[in-house]
Amino acid sequence: MKEIKLMKGNEVIAEAAIRCGADGYFGYPITPQSEVMETLMERKPWETTGMVVVQAESEIASINMVYGGAACGKRVLTSSSSPGISLMSEGISYIAGAELPCVIVNVSRGGPGLGTIQPSQSDYFQATKGGAHGDFKLIVLAPNSVQEMHDFVFEAFDLAFKYRNPVMILSDGVIGQMMEKVVLAPQRPRRTPEEIRKECGDWALIGKGADRSRHVITSLELDPYRQEKFNEKLIEKYKKVEANEVRYETIMTDDADYLIVAFGSSARICMRTVEMARTEGYKVGLLRPITLYPFPYKQIAEIAAHTKGILTAELNAGQMVEDVRLAVNGAVPVAHFGRTGGAVFSPDEAYEALKSKIIK
Amino acid sequence: MKEELIIAGFGGQGVLSTGKILAYSGVMQDYEVSWLPSYGPEMRGGTANVTVVISDKPVSSPIVHEFDTAIILNQQSMDKFESQVKPGGILIYDTNGITHHPTRTDIKIYTIDATAEAARRGNARIFNTLILGGYLKVKPVVTLENVFAGLKKSLPERAWKTLPENEAAIRAGMELIREKN
Amino acid sequence: MAMSEVEIKNENLVYRKSPVLTDNVMHYCPGCSHGTIHKLIAEVIEEMNIQENTIGVSPVGCSVFAYNYIDIDWAEAAHGRACAVATAIKRLQPEKMVFTYQGDGDLAAIGTGETIHACNRGENIVVIYVNNAIYGMTGGQMAPTTLLGMKTSTTPYGRDAKLHGYPYKIADMICQLEGVCYVTRQAVHTPAAVRKAKKAIRKAFENALAGKGLSLVEFVATCNSGWKQSPVASNKWMEENMLPFYPLGDIKG
Repeated sequence: MKEIKLMKGNEVIAEAAIRCGADGYFGYPITPQSEVMETLMERKPWETTGMVVVQAESEIASINMVYGGAACGKRVLTSSSSPGISLMSEGISYIAGAELPCVIVNVSRGGPGLGTIQPSQSDYFQATKGGAHGDFKLIVLAPNSVQEMHDFVFEAFDLAFKYRNPVMILSDGVIGQMMEKVVLAPQRPRRTPEEIRKECGDWALIGKGADRSRHVITSLELDPYRQEKFNEKLIEKYKKVEANEVRYETIMTDDADYLIVAFGSSARICMRTVEMARTEGYKVGLLRPITLYPFPYKQIAEIAAHTKGILTAELNAGQMVEDVRLAVNGAVPVAHFGRTGGAVFSPDEAYEALKSKIIK
Repeated sequence: MKEELIIAGFGGQGVLSTGKILAYSGVMQDYEVSWLPSYGPEMRGGTANVTVVISDKPVSSPIVHEFDTAIILNQQSMDKFESQVKPGGILIYDTNGITHHPTRTDIKIYTIDATAEAARRGNARIFNTLILGGYLKVKPVVTLENVFAGLKKSLPERAWKTLPENEAAIRAGMELIREKN
Repeated sequence: MAMSEVEIKNENLVYRKSPVLTDNVMHYCPGCSHGTIHKLIAEVIEEMNIQENTIGVSPVGCSVFAYNYIDIDWAEAAHGRACAVATAIKRLQPEKMVFTYQGDGDLAAIGTGETIHACNRGENIVVIYVNNAIYGMTGGQMAPTTLLGMKTSTTPYGRDAKLHGYPYKIADMICQLEGVCYVTRQAVHTPAAVRKAKKAIRKAFENALAGKGLSLVEFVATCNSGWKQSPVASNKWMEENMLPFYPLGDIKG
């Protein structure tokens, strides 16, 4: 029988982490995502699955605990919100540089600076264009429902271990704070030490036996040519990610004259906008990138070919629009519509923008 | 069937929990639901509101700026949300503390003296279930049976002893609501 | 006759390099304390027979390459974050012996927060803290532990409390934290000090394995390159200047 619950997106992150057999969570409170750790502490998974939960002294400590846990081949995650993710960015770069798998959840809020605690998508650049020093990429999943908050925890761990790369779930205050129905997956057991040895035994810190040379988890290299070799290996990895892991959803794009591109909570709002436009006879479709990196450039270009114009609707000053313009490469007009700082647009506002900027 | 509803008032009036009971009731009736609160410092004594969408189809946007129904529990919320009720929609409010009453003529307006009734019954905690009962009388989007089931689901087990008084309050609220002339 | 050609019979063997040390040539300057401290850690790991069970966390600083010399699994931490990294390794593999190896800048400046909170949580780890009162790796800048009046490349006229604040004793500070079971200050400038220091490391490791909480072993150390002195002069300078301010001996436990 399916286990259906009504839960907040944040609570579901915690529940899914336990159920997917995560080994550890390390975090620091910040609005609007504190329910993640609160739920974990309430559920006490260390008494059931053996999952470790630590309230760290800062986001900096949290991400470095994630680094330590991931270095042991364990399934570890953290969650935070925009300013906290900025604090973590050094650690994220180290994790990418050491090729460690982990999951980072950003329930983002308005900025810059301390900003607001209301929903925002202004961390798109930070998440998809590196977000820290050095040549690296985060794989970025953008859930648009509480169900996807659940599903993407599983998916993110799978991707993280498949590519030995950090994966970010980029959500926002709407999805984190909202309650919806969610079908919970059955409890998966945590991997045994033997299973970890099998999966990660050629790199993880599980104790150096006499049978092998020591494992060193590091991102340090003094020789620029060896560093370059390593970076080439990363580039190859990202090429594979780009070839195999693009995920997106289309709604009524087959006959669309006009296209909206939106992700996460904005996509939910724009689903309504599409309904409104269709009622009034405008053939409007929606493309929702689910992976923000790798980005569905090709798919957007294909749909753009049979449309008259594209609107990107984002809770920011115009970030994803740059990728959409790259995808379309001037073939059709691309306009941006957004609200910033934690203000959230309504389906009507997006519809008005579509009419004034694209349909005309 | 689709009901887009906002409940707005002071933090501590049970705004969010009323929405939660409704959302759970919708789940009990096999509907799709979304429950989206305002959050942050305003929860501690300031204004609080929650948007609930109940629908027989998947909920597209949980963010709506026009509502089928608005349940208004303080003046600030009245000032903000009266204009956001759809034409033909419903506005329900507790007259307690309201100095500027709603003036729209293109919507149906109801009053419910839940503050006074809760005081009369000596139980301030049933304020929000009285309101809920009043709402269900004019907008029976879910059956009473499912509301009671939703109420139980929305409460932690330790609070189940309050179920009888809350169920009674829902029934009482149904009698208490009045259409405003 | 070259050394390697000498045939040493077992009964004549009085000293050998621990097999837990690798054959890599250390990058440390001649006279540096790090090499001796590495050797002591390797010997303790060997004597406790925990090579397979030990995970080290190396810092940013001169000892960033500690993982090239002690033959165990290692994580290289970001600057200052060793105690956070070690926390997770120990929490997720509680049966392991986990230690950090950190300098004064790493532990007592940029990593102060991580250090104090790992101490306060009573993580069952060992912190090896090498205090030579200067930033060696970056070329001799002021450390949080630089003595007043001491010249460094960022205190060219000597450390002035008005400008730079005071040197501080983080080992003494953490003693008041419940989670800390053992704090000691050691040195490796004389054979006697080396013998004592090894005992201290052993005690700390045993504490961690017994789950008694966090143990910190501070080493007052020399940096003859950074101090711009000969190794011999450095030892003397350390005894005359460092030890009065950072006295040796057990502080807690």
